[in-house]
Amino acid sequence: MSFVTILYAALFYFAATILFVGLAYRVYEYAKIPAPLKIPTPPAPMTQRGVAIRIFREVVFFESLFSATKWTWLFSWIFHLALLLAALRHLKYFTDPVWFWVSSELVQVAGHYAAYLMLAGLLGLFARRVFVDRVRYISSPSDYLILVLIIAIAGSGLMMKWFPSDILAIKLFFVGLLTFNFSELPSDAVLLIHLSLVIALMIIFPYSKLLHAPGLFFSPTRNQVDNARSKRHVADWAKRMESTK
Amino acid sequence: MASKFETPEVRKFPVIPKLENSATSHLSPFKSKEEFQSSLGYPGELVENWQEKAIDKMGDLLGKYRSLRVYLDSCIQCGACTDKCHYYQGTKDPNNMPVGRQNLMRGVYRRYFTLPGKYFPKLVGATDLTKEVLDDWYSYYHQCSQCRRCAVFCPIGIDTAEISMAAREVMDSIGVGQKYCNEIIGKVHKIGNNLGLPEPALADTLEGLEEDVLDDTEVDVKFPLDVKDSEVLLVTPSADFFAEPHVDGLIGYAKVFHQAGISWTLSSHASEAANFGMFIGSYDNMKKLAMRIREAALELNVKRIVFGECGHAWRVAYSFLNTLAGPFDFLDPRYPVPQHICEITNGLIDQNVLHFDKSANDDMTLTYHDSCNVARASSMGGIMGGQFTIPRKIIQTVANNFYDMDDETIREKTYCCGGGGGLLTDDLMELRVKGALPRMEALKHLIEEKGVTHMAAICAICKSQFSKVFQYYDLELDQIVSLHQLVSNALIMNKKEV
Repeated sequence: MSFVTILYAALFYFAATILFVGLAYRVYEYAKIPAPLKIPTPPAPMTQRGVAIRIFREVVFFESLFSATKWTWLFSWIFHLALLLAALRHLKYFTDPVWFWVSSELVQVAGHYAAYLMLAGLLGLFARRVFVDRVRYISSPSDYLILVLIIAIAGSGLMMKWFPSDILAIKLFFVGLLTFNFSELPSDAVLLIHLSLVIALMIIFPYSKLLHAPGLFFSPTRNQVDNARSKRHVADWAKRMESTK
Repeated sequence: MASKFETPEVRKFPVIPKLENSATSHLSPFKSKEEFQSSLGYPGELVENWQEKAIDKMGDLLGKYRSLRVYLDSCIQCGACTDKCHYYQGTKDPNNMPVGRQNLMRGVYRRYFTLPGKYFPKLVGATDLTKEVLDDWYSYYHQCSQCRRCAVFCPIGIDTAEISMAAREVMDSIGVGQKYCNEIIGKVHKIGNNLGLPEPALADTLEGLEEDVLDDTEVDVKFPLDVKDSEVLLVTPSADFFAEPHVDGLIGYAKVFHQAGISWTLSSHASEAANFGMFIGSYDNMKKLAMRIREAALELNVKRIVFGECGHAWRVAYSFLNTLAGPFDFLDPRYPVPQHICEITNGLIDQNVLHFDKSANDDMTLTYHDSCNVARASSMGGIMGGQFTIPRKIIQTVANNFYDMDDETIREKTYCCGGGGGLLTDDLMELRVKGALPRMEALKHLIEEKGVTHMAAICAICKSQFSKVFQYYDLELDQIVSLHQLVSNALIMNKKEV
């Protein structure tokens, strides 16, 4: 085993632990804290099914953002769609044998062009942060850095088209990590840069605004059923204030 | 206090204003005094170790309100909300952008409750809770009317109202309260209504109203007070007892009950629909105020509870009352608890019980202002969007001339009147006038295009706010009307019983 292989194996285990344990802990925290009052915003669904549909539309179409600002919606929707397509393409590095639909030409080609889409979306978001005075005002260094980080991930990933690595070896490395059957990681510069950046993203995820991903599912204005009059809703800590009257 | 300010220019085509840093940092409402603070269970002045106490209180609230925790964590700083607040549009102050306002607390949250904020504060915009930050909190968390317009547009549903309520609760807990809200809450705890109107004065006022209506209509419409075994307990904002145009609305409710033959009563114990406990984010105070309504309903042995025209009161009633003061299993289970007066009138229209002479309102061409708390924090009629359709249907049943304002300014996208959330006080007049700008622009466009003469509303705060700020925009104060004032004008009464 080369030093590079050992280092990156260790880093990936570390980053994956932070990402999954950290996210699970955040979700546990969010789930544990009660929402003591009914605060859904209109159009507020009157059934649990309606809530599921509402969340689905928010997650898939970014419906509220669409009604707020078309440019931000366009850039961020493109970025997130591209992120999904790229992630699907990358599944081939983690599955053995590769799931048939992952290896399909559609997923692989779409995943490739997604890199360009992703860059377009991210650059649009970055430009908005720089050029719109209101967005510039609210941006802290970390807001730019997260964008730069993801731009660099997409860019370095795309660069591998011109600086190719041994794809099979990469796959063996990652499948090896999952099955504890370790295998050498090619030590090509562009690949290592790409992987380092991904590791950084995994580590900051549970400590940053990337928590908007789980946050949406726990947002009381979006996930509550509008039934306050017909169904009594009392948090545990509020029950202690109930009188016997 | 700024004595002079300019009314914003009404623009033909509103554009998003450029930022003006600290444009309204000079605006802060009067601070509460010892006597008002202590009756609510808060310290009378800034406590010695306030910083530590405030952080403790924040920690407490973060464990009690999922909204607060999730919303402080989840903001992407995407900017979707930045142009959505009426106070931003009217003042151009970046701290009046919803996210700007949230970040005043988010910075402190990051500093004391998150790892990156502890070790890399500059990187993530984390700030120490200094006296300057506390002053900013006091100023800008009292420039939020908790109208939730921003929450409608946020991709995550972040509700700035939740954050401003929490901030006010934290400030109260360290002795920094707002006079207007806290003085009023104290009056309700002690006497039963925001005005501090005691039972004899209330009885006298209602008697006067009975005489007025008899003179006007030759019908003996009653305004009962503390009448046991009535069908309905009406809980209405105390402004309805004396303010214009509120009182015309109250006359409307009385005529509807009279004509439908529904026995009803007001209560001197619960003579207030408003619940300012919500504005200061205090579950305790909100619950205590709500319990008065439960107590009155039990004492008077009524079958239903009905709320008069009041925006945030209807939010507390519709969304919180069952939580705070329920279960209401002693009331008639055939009716939702509570009901809105518009639901009553609407139901009676559907049952063909009420008949109207629409021409009685022909001197007016009307539009309708969706009050923020009704529009974005409640519903009516048990149907999605009932809070939008039912009031409009009533207006169109009792009047011939009705037009809606621009789509971007009504229904769930409605603009706050500029005086909600505990800001309806003279020491914030500059903010109130500036915050009314988007609503005034939409109204004035409709006046020009359609010749609209009057705007109806179902909120006591909206009515008071408009009758005050209209003059700054060259409108007459009587151009704001109560919805049930229109009902009252057109309702055909049976005169034979006199």
